[in-house]
Amino acid sequence: MLEIKNLHASVEGKEILRGINMTVNPGEVHAIMGPNGAGKSTLSNVLAGREGYEVTQGEVIYKGENLLDLEPEERAQRGVFLAFQYPVEIPGVSNIYLLKAALNAVRKYQGLDEVDAIDFLNLVRDRMKLVKMDEQFLHRNVNEGFSGGEKKRNEILQMAVLEPALAILDETDSGLDIDALRVVAEGVNALRAEDRSIVMITHYQRLLDHIVPDFVHVLSEGKIVKSGDKELAKELEKSGYSWVHDAPEGQTA
Amino acid sequence: MTDQSQQLESITQKEYKAGFVTDIEAESLPPGLSEDVVREISRIKGEPEFMLEWRLKAYRHWLTMDTPEWAHVHYPEIDYQQISYYSAPKKKDDGPKSLDEVDPELLRTYEKLGVPLDERARLAGVAVDAVFDSVSVASTFQDKLAEEGIIFMPISQAVKEHPELIEKYLGSVVPYKDNFYAALNSAVFSDGSFVYIPKGVRCPMELSTYFRINAANTGQFERTLIVADDDSYVSYLEGCTAPMRDENQLHAAVVELVAMDRAQIKYSTVQNWYPGDENGKGGIYNFVTKRAACRGESSKVSWTQVETGSAITWKYPSVVLQGDNSIGEFYSVAVTNNMQQADTGTKMIHLGKNTSSTIISKGISAGRSQNAYRGLVRVGPNAENARNYTECDSLLMGDKCGAHTFPYIEVKNPTAKVEHEASTSKISEDQLFYCKQRGLDAEDAVSMIVNGFCKQVIRELPMEFAVEAQNLLGLSLEGSVG
Repeated sequence: MLEIKNLHASVEGKEILRGINMTVNPGEVHAIMGPNGAGKSTLSNVLAGREGYEVTQGEVIYKGENLLDLEPEERAQRGVFLAFQYPVEIPGVSNIYLLKAALNAVRKYQGLDEVDAIDFLNLVRDRMKLVKMDEQFLHRNVNEGFSGGEKKRNEILQMAVLEPALAILDETDSGLDIDALRVVAEGVNALRAEDRSIVMITHYQRLLDHIVPDFVHVLSEGKIVKSGDKELAKELEKSGYSWVHDAPEGQTA
Repeated sequence: MTDQSQQLESITQKEYKAGFVTDIEAESLPPGLSEDVVREISRIKGEPEFMLEWRLKAYRHWLTMDTPEWAHVHYPEIDYQQISYYSAPKKKDDGPKSLDEVDPELLRTYEKLGVPLDERARLAGVAVDAVFDSVSVASTFQDKLAEEGIIFMPISQAVKEHPELIEKYLGSVVPYKDNFYAALNSAVFSDGSFVYIPKGVRCPMELSTYFRINAANTGQFERTLIVADDDSYVSYLEGCTAPMRDENQLHAAVVELVAMDRAQIKYSTVQNWYPGDENGKGGIYNFVTKRAACRGESSKVSWTQVETGSAITWKYPSVVLQGDNSIGEFYSVAVTNNMQQADTGTKMIHLGKNTSSTIISKGISAGRSQNAYRGLVRVGPNAENARNYTECDSLLMGDKCGAHTFPYIEVKNPTAKVEHEASTSKISEDQLFYCKQRGLDAEDAVSMIVNGFCKQVIRELPMEFAVEAQNLLGLSLEGSVG
C-alpha cells in the first residue's frame, strides 16, 4: 500500500524529516508517536502534499505510484485521505455540498458518474450513524462554529463517505474529551477493513486504547527510532519520551 | 510565487467568452456630440416634441457640468467628441414585427450568449427584451403580457405608444440634473426597456433585458423605467456583454424604478461587460445611475447585482424610502480581477416612518484590481423608527489588489437604528489545501469558496440567474491566492 523510503524533508530550509523508512500493508493500522517537534505533522503534510514542504531525498510509493509526483487533489482522488488536526472553516459552503463535491471528484477519477442525489443522501445518513452526528450538521457551513469534537467527528464522517484506501489521522484525539474520543474511535474502528490502511499520528497513548494499532513507531528528531507492537505505546506511556533521544536507531516495521 | 499561486494565476487568464463581434451592417451616427446630434437621435426615433425638449434641456445642463472625480477609480479623460451616440443594425423598414423578421445573425448572437429569443425562450418562461447597441431588436411575450395589462416594450416604442406614462415618470426618480452621466444619458439615450405593471397584478413571469454592445467606438446609453402600481409585483433581470476591443467603450445607463402602495420590485443584474485584458487594455466604462423610489406605503424594492465585468464600474443602485413602512434592499457581489476597478455600493434614503433597509455587499478583489464599497445611509428628520443593517465583506485574492470601504451615515432622527458591520478576509492556503485534500482541483476549490462567500447575495437571485452567476464567478474570479 505505502512504502516510505529514506524520506528527508525540510520546511523553510530547515530539515525536519531525516530519513524515514516505513512500510504499510493493506489492512494494517500503524501508530506514529513522538514528542512535540519530532516531525509527526510534517510527515502527514508531506504525504498529503501540502505546499511549503520540500522533499530533499527519498521516495514514497503508494499503490505502485510515486506519490510525491502527484498534486494533493490527485492523491486524494487515488484514495489518500488526511484527517486534519485543525479542520478548516469554509463560510457559506454547506457540509453536504463539500461532501458531495469531494465524493464526485473521487468518482470522476474512478470513471464513475456523479452520484445520484437520493443515493448520496442515503449513503451520508448511513455514515453519520457511525459518528453519531445529527442530520442538521449536513446543512451547517463546513466546520463553522463546530466544537472541537464536532470538527473531528466531521473529519471521520468525510472519511466514511469517501472510503479511502489510506487514511492518515493527524492528532485526531487532540482537544477531545473522553466521550468524544470514544465516538471518534468507534467510528474509525468501524472503518477498519482488509483493503484499507490507517496511519494514526498522536502524541498520547490514550487514543491507542480505543483504536488498537498493529504497529507502533516512535518518531524523534525526524527519524523512526523504535518500532514495535501496541506494547511499545504502553512503555512510552510509563516512561515518557525522554529516553528516545538516547535510544539507538530502531528497526523498521 | 508559490506553485499554487502560479497554478491559480494561470486559471485567472480565462478567455472572455462573450468577446466575439457580430458582423452586421449598422447605421451609425458619426462620432461627436452637439445639439444637432441630440435632435437627430430624437428624429430617428420619431419622438414627440416633449421628449426632444427634455433631451435638449438635459444636454444644455450637461454642458455646464464636470466629470465627477470623487470615486476611487482612475482613467484617462474621456473625449466625448470621439464617441458615436447612435448605432443600430440596418433593417428594411420600421423594425421587426415578429422574431421571423429579425436578422438571423442577431438571433445567432443572442443564442451564442445563451439568450435564445426563439421558442425555447418561451419554455424558459422568461420574457426578453434584447438591446443591441442603441436599439431594441426583439421583445418576446409582449402580447401575452398585454392580456394582463402589463406593458413591457422598448422604451422608444413606449415613448410613442404611452407618452402620458413616459412624461409622468421619466426623470421623476433620476432627474436629468442628477449627475454628469445621468444628464448625458438623458440627452442621448437611445433605447432600453419600459415596464408598467397595473394595480393588483402580479407579473406572471420574469422580465428581462439583455444588453449587448457590438459596434466599435459606440457608447451605449440605455434607459430603463419600471413602474409598479399599487399592490403589484414584478421581478426584472438584466444581463450585459460586449465584444473584446482594445479601446475603452462607454456605457452610461440610467435605471428608474417607481413602486406605489404595497408594490414590490425585484431587480437583478448580472453584469459581464468586457473587462479589458490582463494589462488593462480595453474594456467597458460602466457609469450607471440606478435609483428606485418607494413612493407608496409598505412598498419594497430589492436590488441584487453580480458585477464581474467592465474595466471600471461606477454605480450605486439606491432606494428613496418615501412611503411609510417601505423597505429597501441591496445585495451585491462585485468582483474585480487583473486591472479592473470598481467603486460601487448603494444609497438608502429614509424619509418615511418605520422604513427599513438592508445592505449586503461582498467585494472580491484579485490580480491588481481595486474594489471599493461606497454607501450612504441617510435618515431624515421625519423618518421615525428607521432601521438599517449594513454588512460589507471583502475577500482578497493575492497581495497586489485593494479593497476599500467608504460608509457614510447621516442620521437626523434620534429614533433611528443603524448597524454597520465590515470584514476583510483572504482565501487562505489552508482552505484551498483542505478542499484539494478532499479531491477538488484548485479551480473547483476556489469557485466553491468564493460562492460560499457570496451565498447571501446569490440566493437572492432568481434560480436561472443564480446558476449563471455562480458559473460566472467561477470563471472570472479564480485568481492568484496568497
